[in-house]
Amino acid sequence: MIRKILKRYWVFLLLVVINVVLGIIFPELGAKSLDITKSNVAEMLLVLPPIFILLGLLDVWVDRSVMMKYTGKGSGLKGVLIAFLLGSAAAGPLYAAFPVAGVMLKKGSSLFNVFIFIGAWSTTKIPMLTFEAANLGLPFTLIRLGLSIVGILIIAVLTEKSLSKEQKEQIYELNMNIE
Amino acid sequence: MTFTYVLYALALAGLAISFFKDRNKTKMSLKKAWKSFENILPQFLTILIIIGIVFAVLSPDTITKLIGTDSGFWGVLGASLLGAITLIPGFIAFPLAAALLNNGAGYMQITAFIASLMMVGIVTLPLEIKTFGKKTAIIRNVSAYAFSLIAALIVGVIL
Repeated sequence: MIRKILKRYWVFLLLVVINVVLGIIFPELGAKSLDITKSNVAEMLLVLPPIFILLGLLDVWVDRSVMMKYTGKGSGLKGVLIAFLLGSAAAGPLYAAFPVAGVMLKKGSSLFNVFIFIGAWSTTKIPMLTFEAANLGLPFTLIRLGLSIVGILIIAVLTEKSLSKEQKEQIYELNMNIE
Repeated sequence: MTFTYVLYALALAGLAISFFKDRNKTKMSLKKAWKSFENILPQFLTILIIIGIVFAVLSPDTITKLIGTDSGFWGVLGASLLGAITLIPGFIAFPLAAALLNNGAGYMQITAFIASLMMVGIVTLPLEIKTFGKKTAIIRNVSAYAFSLIAALIVGVIL
């Protein structure tokens, strides 16, 4: 148990030691860094619980496999919106989205919708938006979000238009045999 | 501060509805919440300590010089390249960005960093190619990078 904790937290613990040593050699610097860390930790501990609760709720209640069915070719605006929501309700880094995108392609989602999904996953994840607003303020977050939604659309259009019919088929083939 | 209250209200309302509809799922979502939190905790605490030390040593003047409003194009370029290359989770990047902003960084430069960090992934390109093939992955990343610069410009003008 203790070994497991040590293994995961050793960088943090090492930095605490460095901070303490620094504080002994340069008391002023030590006090200043402690002040900054203290106020940051307090702020984060206050803001994080609701964000992670939202994250957990979204993860459990959003039924991905059902939603994916509605993002196929010819699904129109509804398909685009569902792809967008699928990405926004996600949790995790962007590279975790690629395997999910593969599954969507395998299940017949349109490429455009998959690009929308990737874009949403990268920039409009709901729990992350709340965390962004808590840190950088609501105005910044809203402007960034608005720009990102436009950007997601433009990038999806650009990427889709740049592919020939054969290239599109090749992408589907790439994902035919994934689990 | 008000925003934090709104968050709590949202989370509690969500939990209440969830509990009313399905107790088991609510339990699962709380477990998931705790697991995700515990998952980032080591990195999270690490970055908070680093922020504490770095911002005690680094003077706001230095930060302003490197990525302040007057660092202009080069500051934006540097920040966006840093975002494109590195792989920093949002839970780490946003407190860092806030600390930088409070210590003299410019909104344009921070937006370039955040936007490219979110959308561009040089390190994870092999993974992306596996799903989408080379051409698509490169087009997506190049246009996302271009977009992050445009977004930075627009935010710089507005804020």
